[in-house]
Amino acid sequence: MIHIRRDVCGYCGACVSVCPRGALELIDAYLTVDETLCKSKCKICSTVCPLGAIELEEQ
Amino acid sequence: MKEAYDVLVVGGGPGGALAAKAAAEQGLSVLLVEKRPAIGAPVRCAEGIGKEALAEFIEPDPKWIAADLDKAVLIGPDGTKFTIGNNHSGGKVGYVLDRKVFDRELVWQAAEAGAEIQVHARASAPIMIDGKVSGAVIHQHGKTYEVRAKVVIAADGVESKFAKWAGINTTVPLTELETCAQYIVNDIDIDERANLFYISYTDAPWGYIWVFPKGHRCANVGIGIAGTKSGEGHRAKDYLDRFVAREFPNGKITELIVGGVSVCKPLECTVADNLIIVGDAARLSDPITGGGIYNAMYTGKLAGEVAAAALKKGDTSKMALMVYDTTWREGPLGHALARNYAVKESFIKMDDAKFNSIIHSMSDLSLDEITVKSLVIAIFKANPWLALELPRLLMTL
Ligand SMILES: Cc1cc2nc3c(=O)[nH]c(=O)nc-3n(C[C@H](O)[C@H](O)[C@H](O)COP(=O)(O)OP(=O)(O)OC[C@H]3O[C@@H](n4cnc5c(N)ncnc54)[C@H](O)[C@@H]3O)c2cc1C
Repeated sequence: MIHIRRDVCGYCGACVSVCPRGALELIDAYLTVDETLCKSKCKICSTVCPLGAIELEEQ
Repeated sequence: MKEAYDVLVVGGGPGGALAAKAAAEQGLSVLLVEKRPAIGAPVRCAEGIGKEALAEFIEPDPKWIAADLDKAVLIGPDGTKFTIGNNHSGGKVGYVLDRKVFDRELVWQAAEAGAEIQVHARASAPIMIDGKVSGAVIHQHGKTYEVRAKVVIAADGVESKFAKWAGINTTVPLTELETCAQYIVNDIDIDERANLFYISYTDAPWGYIWVFPKGHRCANVGIGIAGTKSGEGHRAKDYLDRFVAREFPNGKITELIVGGVSVCKPLECTVADNLIIVGDAARLSDPITGGGIYNAMYTGKLAGEVAAAALKKGDTSKMALMVYDTTWREGPLGHALARNYAVKESFIKMDDAKFNSIIHSMSDLSLDEITVKSLVIAIFKANPWLALELPRLLMTL
């Protein structure tokens, strides 16, 4: 599971553009993850985030 | 909102606005949907643009010009400066825009041309009929609408999803996504007519730092680094904080913005049946500078015109829309993007020692023209050894 820290996220979409599974989307001022698509193993979104708003939660 | 339009434009940035305007001017019924409640906000941009490029589309207006520039300065890792443009260039160089105002103006012009604008209206899926895009599902104020369109123009920016939903791979490789952070810093000593570019692997790995003036004692100070260089403790904002603490310790930060810029190759094909992809959504920002305002405006306008011509002939198939793809790709924009991609690939991995020696070598040169091509030619002239290292790059010039 990824955890999005809404208080840190800058609503920029950098993560959306690199997500290979199309699991992320900016909806109504928030970054949203589709958990049926996200495999949460690649860590690409948490790496790219300019602010560090995406954390990986241990299952 | 009606049930059907000739053209549906997804996204109200510069690409979408110009597309909607061009299509409406050709007499088409046009709907532009923008998912944010306010056009142009939050800004995700350093707001620099060349004057001549902008003049192709719009008369300059002081209400959206924050600074009028007459030079650009490259600053190497050891602080050596190389200035392009001079005092005689009479401010021909470029502007720093106020994009909150600029983007709104562009959308207003689309509305004036006859396009319908809906804000806080998000496209959440394409309507596909027989495997072809035929409109979109739109969410607005808690309601869902099915809007049919003969042509959809995807102008949904770096965070683009529309083309992906329609089956086109738009994922940007992590290493080719510049992850960016920018402050507006007030009360600082700057040259209000110069854009500064700091090039240094140590300070901005595989990217650069910019200081773009926004008027009196105020500037956009930002950084982009490659996605693969980002991580816990060394994110774009961490690098930026270090730079600002060093260069502008007494500056007052009044705004933070973040964003992503693709520096990859453009999408392999930017059309499909009934679909045209423009601007950042087509991965058309410049691989060296990250600039994409002009590219979005140019392709947006072209897309509106091509859609109109195709609709007049009653054929909006991929084949019929292909003229959009070939026109930008085989024209000056496509050539500049291909060349600048090659330049980026050649220079991006250089270490600071090499950057220093290149900038030192250029100290006697004077350059009036701020283009990547003229800059690279100057670099080659001053550093003949580069021709051995980068022979393929030389061929692209
Ligand atoms: C930090 C940074 C600095 C930059 N500096 C410069 C610079 O100095 N000069 C320059 O030329 N370029 C610069 N750029 C690039 C420039 O900002 C973009 O290239 C430009 O905005 C692209 O325009 P566009 O119309 O393609 O996309 P955008 O301006 O991103 O517009 C896309 C719009 O689509 C909307 N949208 C997305 N999905 C949907 C949906 N499903 N439904 C409805 N609406 C949707 C978005 O909300 C957005 O408003 C910079 C970018 C960044 C991040």
